[in-house]
Amino acid sequence: MSTATNATLGGKARHQIRDPRWVQVLLIAVSMSFVGVLLLFPLMVVFIEAFRDGWSGYIASFEDPAAWQAIKLTLIAAGISVPLNLVFGLISAWAITKFDFPGKSLLISLIDLPFAISPVISGLIYVLMFGLQGWLGPWLKEHDIQIIFAVPGIVLATIFVTFPFVARELIPLMQEQGNEEEQAALSLGANGWQTFRRVTLPNIKWALLYGVILCNARAMGEFGAVAVVSGSIRGRTNTLPLHVEILYNEYNAVAAFTMASLLALLGLVTLAAKTYLEWRVKQQLRQTLVGPFET
Amino acid sequence: MAFKFKSHSVLPGFGLTLGYTITYLSLIVLIPLAALFLKSASLPWERFWQAVTDPRVMASYRLTFGASFVAALINALLGFVVAWTLVRYRFPGRKFIDAIVDLPFALPTAVSGIALTAIFTRNGWLGQYLEPLGIKVAFTPLGITIALIFIGLPFVVRTLQPALEELDGELEEAAASLGASRWTTFHRVLVPTVMPALTTGFALAFARAVGEYGSVVFISGNMPMRTEITSLLIITKLEQYDFAGASALAVVMLLASFTILLAINVIQWHYSRRIRGAA
Repeated sequence: MSTATNATLGGKARHQIRDPRWVQVLLIAVSMSFVGVLLLFPLMVVFIEAFRDGWSGYIASFEDPAAWQAIKLTLIAAGISVPLNLVFGLISAWAITKFDFPGKSLLISLIDLPFAISPVISGLIYVLMFGLQGWLGPWLKEHDIQIIFAVPGIVLATIFVTFPFVARELIPLMQEQGNEEEQAALSLGANGWQTFRRVTLPNIKWALLYGVILCNARAMGEFGAVAVVSGSIRGRTNTLPLHVEILYNEYNAVAAFTMASLLALLGLVTLAAKTYLEWRVKQQLRQTLVGPFET
Repeated sequence: MAFKFKSHSVLPGFGLTLGYTITYLSLIVLIPLAALFLKSASLPWERFWQAVTDPRVMASYRLTFGASFVAALINALLGFVVAWTLVRYRFPGRKFIDAIVDLPFALPTAVSGIALTAIFTRNGWLGQYLEPLGIKVAFTPLGITIALIFIGLPFVVRTLQPALEELDGELEEAAASLGASRWTTFHRVLVPTVMPALTTGFALAFARAVGEYGSVVFISGNMPMRTEITSLLIITKLEQYDFAGASALAVVMLLASFTILLAINVIQWHYSRRIRGAA
């Protein structure tokens, strides 16, 4: 998020008073050790514990068919929820940023709502809707449809917890960019779809990708919400994070950390992509605001 | 038409996109949330009150809110130091630290949960050195607090960073030229200016901690009355088929987090009004 480089020190920071050297060294030491012990150390421990029995132990953890089931279900849940929320993000951002209507800020707050709701409650609301004792439970049972303790419930809970990711990246950016370019395209004879594809989409592609990457990381890593709706049936309704829990509770530490290392890798890739994309988004915004000819 | 809903925009697709947005939002978020409130309303008031004030529940509130508060406070303090060094100083590894601060956002909570537990159990990486000193971390409120510090840190740092970057150096220069010492400038000029961001970061970390589940369940040990957080208690009630009781607790937790978020908005509104008033 921070792009403050040495160059920016010339601006507002020019007048800032430099701290004495010993203060600098002390504070840097404090923050480095805090970040090191709290964040880096746990990350390292995941990989060290996963390779405790060496490479062969690591590989052996993948011989369990339940592990592959869990990986498959995680990919299914993310594969459904990410595209759905991507489409929703695009459509809602279009409606919110290209038009004026009453209740807009309420709508934005409602889209953000799932972020304010704790994971366990996010799962609970679907149990109350579709569970046996839920509002639709008796009807679903009659028609032999199972949602809770089954894959559809996991997918629904995943959609819920990742709901705002794409929309909340796009809305501020598209608001900032305005719609002059779209209006120009329309007046030159483009239709709505062409305008969206040729003008809007290129302008927002990096922010869109950024939202999708965060959305995907959360979709694959969600624990609390899917724990409530899954019923943790081994080899059937376990996602990767739930499988980690089962293995850990069975004192199968190496296998648990092996599965966890996959998720940690996902986190690291996400982090790298996020850092790169933040830079791209900032550049794109600067370019559209300054205009392509003035750079 | 008497009811003019949208303003004259030449862009197409208003009805379609807004309709889709509202339908999808209702199906995924609003209707299931309404189901929660309806379910808890199915309890008579005395039963509701009993469900949310039972001694075991009260113990879980004290733990959840207490540990979350302490964790957010520590995050506000150390998060300030991290944000300050990242914005003000140039040192090798700065970019790396800056990127790694987001790790708790990117790392699935179950992973951080088992990793922290492996570090702090009796024969864990650090636990084996702490236990002889009489410091028990895993399966105690201290362990829960550490997990909550872990997940809350990026909220404080990421809210503070832009505020610190925006700081107007001239204020500092003026204070210094009027003879204020570095420390006086810091706590009389700098800290009040970034206070809105600091309180917002604190409140965001607090709100996140109150609802946290994944990174806490492994390290907490989940002993009723002692190390059982409210989120876990909701799951326990669900497993006992006490759906109304679980929803009652969920409603209390939801109201708590909405209150925190409302407080954030009030703080920001209050400060922005004060700043505008001063200008």
